[in-house]
Amino acid sequence: MTTFWFIVIAFLWTGYFVLEGFDFGVGALLPLLSRSEADRRQVLGTIGPVWDGNEVWLITAIGAMFAAFPAWYSGLLSGFYLPVFLVVTGLIVRGVGLEWRGKVHSRREVALCDAGIVAGSVLPAFLWGAIFGNLLFGTALATVLGGALSLSVAVLHGAVFVALKTTGAVRARARRAALLAAVGAVPVALSTLPSVPGRGPLWTLGTALLAAAALAAGVTLVWGRREGWAFTATATAITATTATVFGVLSAAPLPGLTLAEAASAPYTLTLLTWIGLIALPGVLAYQAWTYWVFRKRLTAQVS
Amino acid sequence: MDALDLARWQFGVTTVYHFLFVPLTIGLGVYVAGLQTAWLRTGREHYLRLTKFFGKLFLINFAMGVVTGIVQEFQFGMNWSDYSTFVGDVFGAPLALEALLAFFLESTFLGLWIFGWDRLPKRVHLACLWAAVIGSNLSAYFILAANAWMKHPVGYEVVDGRARMTDLWAVLTNSTALAQVPHVVAASFVVAGGFVIAVIGYRVLRERGLGVLPGRPARTITAEDATTPMRRLPDMWRTALRAALVMTAIAGAVVAGTGDLSGQLLREQQPMKLAAAEGLRHDTAGAPFSIAPGVEVPGLLSLLAAHDPAATVQGVDDIQARYEKAFGPADYTPNLPVVFWSFRVMINFGMATVGLSVLGLWLTRKRRGRRGGQRAGQYGGSGEPLPAWFARLCVLALPLPTAAIIAGWLLSEIGRQPWTVQGELMTAASVSPGVSLGEVAITLAVFTVLYGVLALAEGALLLRHVKAGPELPAPATVPPGAVPPARAEETRLTPTLMY
Repeated sequence: MTTFWFIVIAFLWTGYFVLEGFDFGVGALLPLLSRSEADRRQVLGTIGPVWDGNEVWLITAIGAMFAAFPAWYSGLLSGFYLPVFLVVTGLIVRGVGLEWRGKVHSRREVALCDAGIVAGSVLPAFLWGAIFGNLLFGTALATVLGGALSLSVAVLHGAVFVALKTTGAVRARARRAALLAAVGAVPVALSTLPSVPGRGPLWTLGTALLAAAALAAGVTLVWGRREGWAFTATATAITATTATVFGVLSAAPLPGLTLAEAASAPYTLTLLTWIGLIALPGVLAYQAWTYWVFRKRLTAQVS
Repeated sequence: MDALDLARWQFGVTTVYHFLFVPLTIGLGVYVAGLQTAWLRTGREHYLRLTKFFGKLFLINFAMGVVTGIVQEFQFGMNWSDYSTFVGDVFGAPLALEALLAFFLESTFLGLWIFGWDRLPKRVHLACLWAAVIGSNLSAYFILAANAWMKHPVGYEVVDGRARMTDLWAVLTNSTALAQVPHVVAASFVVAGGFVIAVIGYRVLRERGLGVLPGRPARTITAEDATTPMRRLPDMWRTALRAALVMTAIAGAVVAGTGDLSGQLLREQQPMKLAAAEGLRHDTAGAPFSIAPGVEVPGLLSLLAAHDPAATVQGVDDIQARYEKAFGPADYTPNLPVVFWSFRVMINFGMATVGLSVLGLWLTRKRRGRRGGQRAGQYGGSGEPLPAWFARLCVLALPLPTAAIIAGWLLSEIGRQPWTVQGELMTAASVSPGVSLGEVAITLAVFTVLYGVLALAEGALLLRHVKAGPELPAPATVPPGAVPPARAEETRLTPTLMY
């Protein structure tokens, strides 16, 4: 039961990184992909209906950690106090920026919202990688590289998403941005991923290799303008990376803490399992439906 | 001053702040969904205008509720790690359920509602808003069930220094939760109703060229005024106002009823909070209630808490002595003045709001058989003006219930001190041992400043949209290119991310 819940939490984090990963990328790329207000609206329109739902993956992952592994939850959040605080601050300014952007009037206020969106996307995208890098290796170098990896992959993932969801000049710019992001993401990934499985189970070597391969495939597909497949590839790369990280963490989610010590009692875990099994398919179904409703590419608005 | 004090301040500041926005989200969501339902059923244009107008205000506020809620979920682990480790098995479950069952519903379907106006069939689009609103209300249930467990822990046992859940059903049907959930949710409807009343009061004053404060002598409303279209209470505002008044009055009755229930549960479960709320020092039969310091009604507290004017209510000092015997020497008394005054602000401001709504219902009632012969100074039926003094009173319906619900929260949580989990875990033993004073100081300072700035921004944004008023009827009848210049500017900046 403990292992099962660890997998559930890894799954929730994976969902979070895959979904909010492109939100972060889109937010970070906002100034680079747009030349005008219409462009900016087109770029943000790609994530407008879905970003809040994506963020709930984080809230659920954290909530599930609290319920299933209280000691892990409290140890992680209090142990990484300031980085987590900065993540939360980033999410605040980003959320407010996204929600208020369409409701403010002057250009200056819109620019302020945009600044919040960019800062609030870059900061968490970097910090989550830094936190997990530090958790795995405990060194300053790993922290910086972890952050660089998560930020660059998020930017790549976001650029591919914009290319997939738009038409016209923005789409062309997003493709170029994706290729540029790949120049950063691929070397960082190749230098970091192979070292992650070091202390983990053997299969993490496989997922690390898969992540690297998927990333390379993604770049190739962007080059070949196959955006749908490229997005699948970057999503696979993020999934495989998260799986690798949690695979290594399964032995000790925090230094000096085992899963068994951190876990809640079997009663709680069993009940949560049943509720989760009933509710999660519904959540996945209606989130998928959202993406179906907003499946069309966004064209530039003539205003 | 140590890390514990600052962590408590941080929790207080961030939670009270979060609680400024959430009740409004809970109640206003239902109100807007009701307006849109009315539009779909009647097809009347003004329901659509109202839906969009209040929908926009709802969304501005919703954003703040969401982002400040993120802080809450992280804060337990960041500042209160010993608490989290102790209670996670029990307390974490409702939080996880809240995210899984309520937050996904709320955020996903709200995204569909905001962006789905042109993409979804009308009924499906409305159903999305209802789904989001149900999500908000469900989240209130789960978080309040978790909170109720802190005040009245049930369905658990303590093993190896950690609480272990033995009965989830007991946790979810905790008597404290069953009284507290409807109390807080209904209070949220009072807050939202008050917000709508205040907005309409402000609009009515504005549309008649009057200020919020009575700057000049009150004008007598003449028969002539009543026939001038600009002086009338437009049908649209009248409908919206009546709906909000009804909502506030009914919710107010629920708040009073469940508040009474909570009072009786306090006597059994948290006698110290009850004693502190009255400042009662010793166990007293026929305990009095002070309406103001020095003005006591004999037996009223006993009547409220036990439905028996002669019943005994325990006093602060005697409970302190009993707790020392049971739990060892410590200070078990919460901050008495804060709890005492919170209780009074909650009751008085809350009742004032409900009184205002009942008065409003009377003033805006339809007068049958008088259609031809309205006398000057009467403001009853459709098309008649609302008196300026009442429109000004309406504006108070925003601060009054907001102060009341915040005071209620302070009463509930400060009155629980020094416990985080009543009888099991004290606040001093809950804080994160590894987090330094400097770290908490930084986060407290940044959150306070950031929240202050955002509150001002939200206030300004809401006020601006209220001043702009509901948008003109849909441009179906307006030929393309004929948009007035002032509207064109707004249209250029708003659409994609708005509706």
